[in-house]
Amino acid sequence: MSSTELQALYQELILDHSRHPQGFGLKDGAAAQSHQVNPTCGDEVTLQLHVEPGTDTVTAVTWEGHGCAISQSSASLFTEMAVGLTLPDLQGRIDLFRTAMRSRGAIEPDEELLGDAAALGGVSKYIARVKCAMLAWVAAEHAIAQVNAAR
Amino acid sequence: MTDTTSPTLTGAFSDAELRDIRADFAILGTVVNGAPLVYLDSGATSQKPRQVLDAERYFYEHDNAAVHRGAHTLAALATESFEDARAVVARFVGAADDEIVWTSNATEGINLVAYAISNASLGRGGDDALRIGPGDEIVVTEMEHHANLIPWQELAARTGATLRFIPILDDGSLDLGRLDSIVTERTRVLAFTHVSNVLGIVNPVDVLVARARAVGAVTVLDACQSAPHLTLDLKALGVDFAVFSGHKMLGPTGIGVLYGRSELLNDLPPFLTGGSMITTVTMESAQYLPAPQRFEAGTQRVSQTVGLAAAVRYLETVGMHRIAEHEAALGERLVAGLAALPGVTVLGQAAGLHRVGLASFDLAGVHSHDVGQFLDDRGIAVRVGHHCAQPLHRRFGVTSTTRASAYLYSTADEIDQVVDGVRDAATFFGVTR
Repeated sequence: MSSTELQALYQELILDHSRHPQGFGLKDGAAAQSHQVNPTCGDEVTLQLHVEPGTDTVTAVTWEGHGCAISQSSASLFTEMAVGLTLPDLQGRIDLFRTAMRSRGAIEPDEELLGDAAALGGVSKYIARVKCAMLAWVAAEHAIAQVNAAR
Repeated sequence: MTDTTSPTLTGAFSDAELRDIRADFAILGTVVNGAPLVYLDSGATSQKPRQVLDAERYFYEHDNAAVHRGAHTLAALATESFEDARAVVARFVGAADDEIVWTSNATEGINLVAYAISNASLGRGGDDALRIGPGDEIVVTEMEHHANLIPWQELAARTGATLRFIPILDDGSLDLGRLDSIVTERTRVLAFTHVSNVLGIVNPVDVLVARARAVGAVTVLDACQSAPHLTLDLKALGVDFAVFSGHKMLGPTGIGVLYGRSELLNDLPPFLTGGSMITTVTMESAQYLPAPQRFEAGTQRVSQTVGLAAAVRYLETVGMHRIAEHEAALGERLVAGLAALPGVTVLGQAAGLHRVGLASFDLAGVHSHDVGQFLDDRGIAVRVGHHCAQPLHRRFGVTSTTRASAYLYSTADEIDQVVDGVRDAATFFGVTR
């Protein structure tokens, strides 16, 4: 027995992604990589952005890490969403996601732009868990900054 | 769920007594997420009875003033309350009044000792015996809270001393077989926890103190998880220093205690300096008061000491031995209930060692954050994460665990609720085997 809020937080889609994460496993040839830690629980993610040479387009996201169902599924859902986007577009989606996560449930994530990652919207009602959902996205933002700085 | 309804497991309190105790804690009547609060996070911080809140309010409404300065009536009343509180706490742990130093919390107490030794090592006063440097060793254990690890790492780095540690065995107990090879003539400080905040195991203080004394090392006891839960006689334990925090023992936040053997405290130079800890001050230098004032620079926390004294009186009225018995029964029930669940590993189950009402566990395939979230949905408050003991978790091959910790107001029914909740969490997250 659990509340509807809890079921909204842990939707089947989210639990599926946490059990079968997309993009798991680091690969050579990344344009940038970032390691992030959530100091409250010790959860970690190392995320790599792969960018088509000479362009801005993300060809793949690979990552490794360990953590709760929210942080693991969030990294997996990010991976699905990011492929094919340009770096500025990807940064835009990260900003959008962060705004929704910090809204304490007031803002529904835009499914048009965020895809299945919008399923993480329930997290924003649980302020203690927002960092879990943001972990991979913060790593990606850091990786984007590195790519931009290297140019 | 359980058939453990044996009266021996209900501990030292009758149902009526436990109901009366719980009635003193207004917060225990709170509804969380539509369910009555089940507060099993007392290891992080305890709840406060109205007697403590009333004492603080009374102080502010009748006696409030700065202490140890001023000649007016309220200043005298406040100073009296402040020093009375010190006497109450001293008696509670078997110490003399001037062996009790007020700190903000236990972390500050440990840092105070580490920095005072550091200052002595720089030649800033104090006894030669408390100076350390290259070739000297500081020893801790692998089960320490970060608060009893990092200050010693830093002291070692500042002085050139070496930090070593006593490892723990698979059952969570200290590897005492290696004690004599780790604590040697080179050891100057042996810092260890009385009760592990993750394992709930009570360490053999007598064995550790005997070895430290044999080699002339100073002992520092982290009593954060023992002072609230067990009868504590620091003189009988024979430690040189001990620390604990008021907020874990029914008192307010912002007040902690450092105990130091009188002669040792007076052999140490100060850590924090400023007003209220001096005798004569010139533009070039200052002379310091003896302990405890030497270590109490600046305007002191007063209402917090009054609150802590009220907390101690509350604990004494109930009786520490009865509290310990109540919690030991809850702890056994908790460990037995959790360990019987498929996929659950309770950290540290050393046979024959006394434990308090606390257990940390891993549910295979489910992260502690998710376990905690599931339990919170039922109004059950537990701690998740590494509990400020990353090396200990690494030792057991996990990053984080879920910890349930009871106190005198906890009930057997609450223990059963958390055990039921963990079993249902396994089903919810699909890891039932």
